[in-house]
Amino acid sequence: MIENKGRPNRLGLKGWLGGGRWGFERYLYTLHRVTGLGLLTYFVMHIGVTASRAFGESAWVAAMGAVKGPLFSVGEYLVFAAFAFHALNGVRLGLVELGFAIGAPIEPVYPYRTSVDEQRPLAIGVMILAAILAIVGGIGFLN
Amino acid sequence: MRDQELWTWHIGAGAVILVLLGLHMTVMHLEAIVRVFNPAPGEPVDWANVVARGKSVFFLVTYVLLLGTALFHGFYGLRNILFELNPGPATKKTLSGLILVVGLALFVVGTWAAWVGFTVARGA
Amino acid sequence: MADNTSEVVFRIRRFDPTSDAEPHWEDYRFACAPGMTVLEGLKLIKEKLSPTLAWRSSCRMGVCGSCGMFINGRARLACNTQVAELESDLVTVAPLPNFNIIRDLVPDLFPMFQAHLEAQPYIIRDDTAEQQQPSGEYWQSAHQLEQYLQFSYCIKCGCCMAACPTYATDPHYAGPMPLGQAHRYNSDSRDGGFAARKALLSGERGPWRCHFAGECSRVCPKGVDPARAIQLMKRQLVFDYLKLSKQPCPAPIAKPPAGLKRREGIPEAPPRTIT
Repeated sequence: MIENKGRPNRLGLKGWLGGGRWGFERYLYTLHRVTGLGLLTYFVMHIGVTASRAFGESAWVAAMGAVKGPLFSVGEYLVFAAFAFHALNGVRLGLVELGFAIGAPIEPVYPYRTSVDEQRPLAIGVMILAAILAIVGGIGFLN
Repeated sequence: MRDQELWTWHIGAGAVILVLLGLHMTVMHLEAIVRVFNPAPGEPVDWANVVARGKSVFFLVTYVLLLGTALFHGFYGLRNILFELNPGPATKKTLSGLILVVGLALFVVGTWAAWVGFTVARGA
Repeated sequence: MADNTSEVVFRIRRFDPTSDAEPHWEDYRFACAPGMTVLEGLKLIKEKLSPTLAWRSSCRMGVCGSCGMFINGRARLACNTQVAELESDLVTVAPLPNFNIIRDLVPDLFPMFQAHLEAQPYIIRDDTAEQQQPSGEYWQSAHQLEQYLQFSYCIKCGCCMAACPTYATDPHYAGPMPLGQAHRYNSDSRDGGFAARKALLSGERGPWRCHFAGECSRVCPKGVDPARAIQLMKRQLVFDYLKLSKQPCPAPIAKPPAGLKRREGIPEAPPRTIT
C-alpha cells in the first residue's frame, strides 16, 4: 500500500466560499448553507422564547416585550427572507438531488449541455419566486 | 443510522416543513392577506390569538410535527456541515451524541410548552 | 490579449520537496505562438527556461487525463487549454487542488484512485463461468446503453475532484469521479453489483455529501457530467431504501438469431484458438 506523499494542498474553507469564477449554483449552495445556519440559530432561540406561553399571559407579554424593537424587527425580516430563499431553493434541491429536472444521460457533444444547464431555468424560476415572497413578506413587516 | 437513511428522512422532513412552516409564516406574517388563523383583532402574537391557536388540536399536532421535523432537518444539516470540516472519529462521535441530546431536549421543551398551552387554553 | 506577436507570462507554482519549505510562484516570459496550448507553453519553458519543471502529460490531445492542472483559477487539462482562450497575458498554472503536491505541478492522485477502486468499477455478475468462457454477448438495447454511456467517457483526470467544494474540506467524501463511476456501473444493464457497491454508497463516503454545487460538471473536459450521475444515483439509493424499486436482473446472454441462412460464397469463421 503506497502511503500518501507530498505536501497538503486542499482548498479547505476557501473551497466553500468560491472565488468569482464559480457558477451560479455554487453560490446558491453557499447561500443555502448560510441561511440554514441562520434559520437554525433563530429556531433554537425561538423555541425558548415561545415556550414562555406555558407560563401564562404575563410571561408571554414579557417575552414578546424582550424581542421588540427595530433591531429585532430587522432580524426577523432577515429570518423571513432566509426562509423564503432556503425553502424555495430547497424545493429545487429536493427535485434535482432526486434526479428530476436535470435531464437524461446523453452522448456528450461539445459544447456540453450539463445537468447544471438543464436545471438552470428551474433555479432562475425559484429565485424569482423567493424574491417575490421576500418582498410580499416585507410589506407585512413594514406595517 | 446510515447516511442513505438519514438523508432520505432529511429530504422528507424538508417537504413536510415546506408545508407546515409555510402555514406558520402565513399565520404570523401574511395576516394582512389571510386572517382566518388570527381570529382576535390585533397582532398574531397578541395573547388572545396565541390562546385561540393554543386550544386548537390542529395547531397542537402541527406545531409538534413542525418542531420535530425542523429540529431533525436543522440538526442533521448542522451535523453534515460540521462533519465536512473533517474532524477526527472521536470528535464525530461526540458531536453526533451532543447534537442528538440537544435536539431531543429542545423537542421535549417545545412539546411540553405546546401541551401546557393546549391544556391551559382549553381550561380557560 | 495574447496574439501571435505578443509575449505571455506563465506564473507557475513551483515546489521541490528536497530543497523548498513552501511552494512559491515563479514567472516565465516568452513569445506566444498562435494556437499554443498551456502544455506546449510548459514544454517550451522546460526546454529553454527551466529544465527542472515537472508535470504529468501524455497524449497531448485530451484523452489520457494526465495533465489536469489549476489554470487561471479553474481546473482544466493543460493540453486542451489554448493560451488565447484564457484572454490574458498572465497564465497562472498551479497543481490540481485538493490533492497533495508531490513536486511542482504533479499532484498525488492516489486517494482518488483508491476511492475509485472502492466503487468496484467493473461489471459484477454471478455467472463467472460465462465471463471466463463467453459463449455470446450480453443483450443490451440502445436505450439501456444511453443510461450509462455518458458516464463511461470519464478519463479520470481529477478536474472534478479539484472543483468539488465538499472534497475541498472533506477527504472522506469519495468525490465526483468515484461516485460517478459507481453509477456508471450501477446503471449498466449488464451489471448486477448494486448491492455490493452499497458498502461504499450508503455511508458517509457516499453521494450524501454532494449538494449539487455543479462545479464538477462545469469543469469536466469530456462532458461526463458527474453531477448528473450522482443525483441519479441518489434517486436510485433513496428508492432502494424506501423499497419503491427493485434492481432488475442483469442482462441475459443474447440468443444468436434463428432462421438465418449464410449467404453464398462467405467462408466460415476459423476454429477457436482460446480454450
